[in-house]
Amino acid sequence: MIDVLDAVKAYGSVRVVDGVRLTLPAGGLTSIIGPNGAGKSTLLSLVARLVALDGGQVLVDGLDVTTSRSDALAKRIAALRQENHLGSRLTVRDLVTFGRYPHSKGRPTAEDGEHVARSLEFLDLVPLADRFLDELSGGQRQRAFVAMVLCQDTDVLLLDEPLNNLDPRHAVAMMDRLRAAADELGKTVVVVVHDINVAAHYSDHIVAMCDGAVVHEGPPPAVIRPEVLSSVYGLPVEVHDLAGRPHATYFR
Amino acid sequence: MSLEVRPTVTGTRVPSSDLAEPPVNHQPRWVLVGLGIGLVLAAAAFMTLGAKGSWEFLLPFRGTKLLAMALVGTAVSVSTVMFQTVTDNRILTPSIMGFDALYLLLQTSLVFAIGSARLAGVDTWARFVVEVSVMVVFGVGLYRWLLAGQRRSVHVLVLAGIVLGVFFRSLSGFMQRLIDPNEFVVLQDAMFASFNSFDRELVWLAAGLLVGAISVAWALRRRLDVLLLGRERATMLGVDHRRTVGLVLVIVAVLVSVSTALVGPITFFGLLVANLAYRIAGTHRHAVVLPVAALLGVLALVAGQTVLERVFSFDTALAVIIEFLGGIVFLALLMRGERR
Repeated sequence: MIDVLDAVKAYGSVRVVDGVRLTLPAGGLTSIIGPNGAGKSTLLSLVARLVALDGGQVLVDGLDVTTSRSDALAKRIAALRQENHLGSRLTVRDLVTFGRYPHSKGRPTAEDGEHVARSLEFLDLVPLADRFLDELSGGQRQRAFVAMVLCQDTDVLLLDEPLNNLDPRHAVAMMDRLRAAADELGKTVVVVVHDINVAAHYSDHIVAMCDGAVVHEGPPPAVIRPEVLSSVYGLPVEVHDLAGRPHATYFR
Repeated sequence: MSLEVRPTVTGTRVPSSDLAEPPVNHQPRWVLVGLGIGLVLAAAAFMTLGAKGSWEFLLPFRGTKLLAMALVGTAVSVSTVMFQTVTDNRILTPSIMGFDALYLLLQTSLVFAIGSARLAGVDTWARFVVEVSVMVVFGVGLYRWLLAGQRRSVHVLVLAGIVLGVFFRSLSGFMQRLIDPNEFVVLQDAMFASFNSFDRELVWLAAGLLVGAISVAWALRRRLDVLLLGRERATMLGVDHRRTVGLVLVIVAVLVSVSTALVGPITFFGLLVANLAYRIAGTHRHAVVLPVAALLGVLALVAGQTVLERVFSFDTALAVIIEFLGGIVFLALLMRGERR
């Protein structure tokens, strides 16, 4: 589904993504973990064609993201970025309706309306639907942007820190929903997360990055190991068995 | 003036416990109808007030003026809204980015280089076409250069615009000091926008160009909505951001250049009109915002010109009247929004 072939992105002489090779199959939830500045967000942006590649190639569903038509790609990939600043004043419903643009080209049909309603409901936003985004809390706004991404109804969802600003209850709800999107709707979900244990608990596949390169990847038990995490984060990390699941602790 | 067109909710008491107050339900259609009525009234006042002499002379005379105001008002408002959409902020206007100053520099250079006597001998059409072309090329180049970077801060853009404006003005000022005082008097005419001394034969050419540019703008209205989300989200939604912004900037340059070449530096009221339009349109959709802004722009010009001609007997500048009245309306709207 997603093939990253020797992707390179450099800012000046710093190669923030340095020859990444990665293949993610269709379906399932993949987490990308790693320390700050490891190149996780940049890798996601490269796949989402938001940042131009300096070398290598990225294929989504067989389509080269650099050369394919942007409107064709918009029906296959949707991405959530870290910052959710908006210059203009929109309501939650307006924003989510924008997610239908690749399909409706700005003339939402009744079917688009159903998609919007479902996304609003999926993220618990129905009571907030007619509020303006600048009147919402950070977590509510974050959910509105995720609803917009879901509404785009693409096979691939790329989410850069979807748990930003969310309290534990909404963080768990968000991950449950992303899990459901993968399991029930067959989406390919890729998230960047900072919480190792969230990654361990919810993912089918974990990719660990460090200094612009993928250093480990595999199912959670293969990556959530003390020696792997300690070297990735440069910090002593212990992994405990908690009711049959690996659980990392790194502070005392 | 009929700017008070927003339907106000009366008789419905919202329970005070309900903090999730729904936004005031603006009805774009009624805003447009209200503005349309206001415009018709203003146009009627402009055409008929203080009429002396034969109607056969007066109607075509004032009619051409009215047409010029309609064209220029629409061009300034539409270009400002589009410019603000692609730069993702509501402060920048073509005027702040130094466009008026560029026009002044162009006029000054022409007088400086070939002298007003020979300039007057140049065919008006040729001069118009050259002026428009130079400004379009320069404007597109300037905006492309300023906006080419993936992410430039608004502050840098405002600063660059102000510096460029000062630079153009100083250069014009320098040349104006070198030229003959008589030449300077001729030049002074070009320094202020005026609907009293424009070239009437150019109106139809300008109309053609402006209608063309505005049609393209209208065709882009849904894509413009998406641009409001910023470069990255627009890209995710399949809008080719670079191409669309490039196209928008060409349209803006054409609109601003043609209207400036027709009546002089006039973009000053774009900021006011665009922000008024956002406030009363009640939606982000360009399908509503663009016509509301256009109607407001024309209304401001026609009403301002009527006041200029009938109250001040041509004794002041149009900018003074529009900014004074428009500024008051804008402040009133701001303060009302504050209370809400």
